[in-house]
Amino acid sequence: MSKKPYKLEARNLNAYYGGFHALKDINIAMEEKAVTAFIGPSGCGKSTFLRTLNRMNDYIDGFRVEGDILLDGRDIYNKDIRVDELRKEVGMVFQKPNPFPKTVFENVVYGLKIQGIKDKKVLAEAAESSLRKTALWEEVKDKMDKSALALSGGQQQRLCIARALAISPSVVLMDEPTSALDPISTAKIEELIYELKNDYTIVIVTHNMQQAGRVSDQTAFFYMGELVEYAKTKTMFTSPKHERTQNYITGRFG
Amino acid sequence: MRVQERIIEGLLWLSAVITIFVTVGIIWVLLSESLTFFSEVSVLDFLTDKQWTPLFAEKHFGILPLVAGTLLTTAIAISVALPIGLTIAIYLNTYAPAGFRATIKPMLEILASIPTVVYGFFALTVVTPFLQTFIPNLAGFNSLSAGIVMGIMIIPMISSLSEDAISAVPKSLREGAYGMGATRFQTAFGVLVPAASSGILVSIILAISRAVGETMIVAIAAGQQPRLTANPLVPVETITTYIVQVSLGDVPHGSLEYRTIFAAGITLFIFTFALNNLSFWIRKKYQEKYD
Repeated sequence: MSKKPYKLEARNLNAYYGGFHALKDINIAMEEKAVTAFIGPSGCGKSTFLRTLNRMNDYIDGFRVEGDILLDGRDIYNKDIRVDELRKEVGMVFQKPNPFPKTVFENVVYGLKIQGIKDKKVLAEAAESSLRKTALWEEVKDKMDKSALALSGGQQQRLCIARALAISPSVVLMDEPTSALDPISTAKIEELIYELKNDYTIVIVTHNMQQAGRVSDQTAFFYMGELVEYAKTKTMFTSPKHERTQNYITGRFG
Repeated sequence: MRVQERIIEGLLWLSAVITIFVTVGIIWVLLSESLTFFSEVSVLDFLTDKQWTPLFAEKHFGILPLVAGTLLTTAIAISVALPIGLTIAIYLNTYAPAGFRATIKPMLEILASIPTVVYGFFALTVVTPFLQTFIPNLAGFNSLSAGIVMGIMIIPMISSLSEDAISAVPKSLREGAYGMGATRFQTAFGVLVPAASSGILVSIILAISRAVGETMIVAIAAGQQPRLTANPLVPVETITTYIVQVSLGDVPHGSLEYRTIFAAGITLFIFTFALNNLSFWIRKKYQEKYD
């Protein structure tokens, strides 16, 4: 089997919040249509790194990056790149479900509407197909014009994933997507991640070691802004190279 | 120690109760004087007569011209303050760098601290002559320039309260929109403003309430001619202006003419009371929607 091409790459990446050096010389390459998990203790830089991948940190005062992040070989911090275009390619799901205070339907088609798509048929089809991908269609098809805030937390999070998928990104970033959910909803989302990797490149930040073990192909362990270890998930969880990684995944600290 | 505690507690209680007594007292005076007024003038006449001429030989007691003057100046003020105030709020919240925001916000508040009498003669001596250069038939006293200047005065009210409302929209919603590839403009108008709509509405209502009760600017610049009109170019009289006019004039105490100001006052009070309660109700009802 030939090696999959790299979808996302960071080269000598450094990031700063004002004077604070948040990411130190990160080098990592992520495969296409695979799940990469970022783990590490709070404040280790994993979320910061995730958010540089779609330039979500751009609006934070004093934040700056050095080095390159390549998406399909193109530097996303290049001046020619339009941030809103980039984010249509690199979708994002957040820690807490954050549906807009609009109807279920309006939430799913939001990304399409802001691109200027008005055709009702196109929107309705896109909504259905995205909701089917997240296994939410059967649950919400009769509630399309109800407020999204009336859904359960787990449904809201799957709605947010559907919303992200509706604009057909090739990469989906997930920032601790199950940390606010109950175990059953969490299991559903994990199942979903497993399915989605057939079509999407997924990068997930998680606090939950078991989750990283269950859903990811590759795992990256961050500590104090450094990428300590990056390996196949199975390898890392059975025979980590570094003592820090070993200590973290066995729960001795963090 | 116990005694001191009790004295302090008593003083605190007293200061709370005094404000209540004063409020009740004011309402009582308003009510009793206007009840006497309405025993001589029928409420129906008061509400339907199209003329307000209590100081003339042929007396008419129709409040409509004063209400019209008040609503006209208020409408002009809001149509100036709302677009500008909301634009400022969105700019400050979404586009402005933090440093710039920190400077500009207090500077805006200065607008609110200028004495209204200064605004009044600014309207009369600067804005009206300026407007007359391209609206030749604009009267020296008119609701247009008074309304515009009043609008400028209440800009900070709308911008400040609306900015607070937009800031209170959870960060996750803003990021959700950005994460979908929304531009700042799309995020501001498609997500933030709708999500903050109750707060923005409250700011508008409070601004209306402020404009309805505003006295100095309209007394100086809008004229003192009660007139049932929607024409912004001619002199009008607002409820507040009329009260000033009679209070400062030589109308004998206890006369029917004198009591008209209480009738006018209670009309004004009903307006502002209703508006303030409406804003309070909206805030209560929609406040926790996104928590």
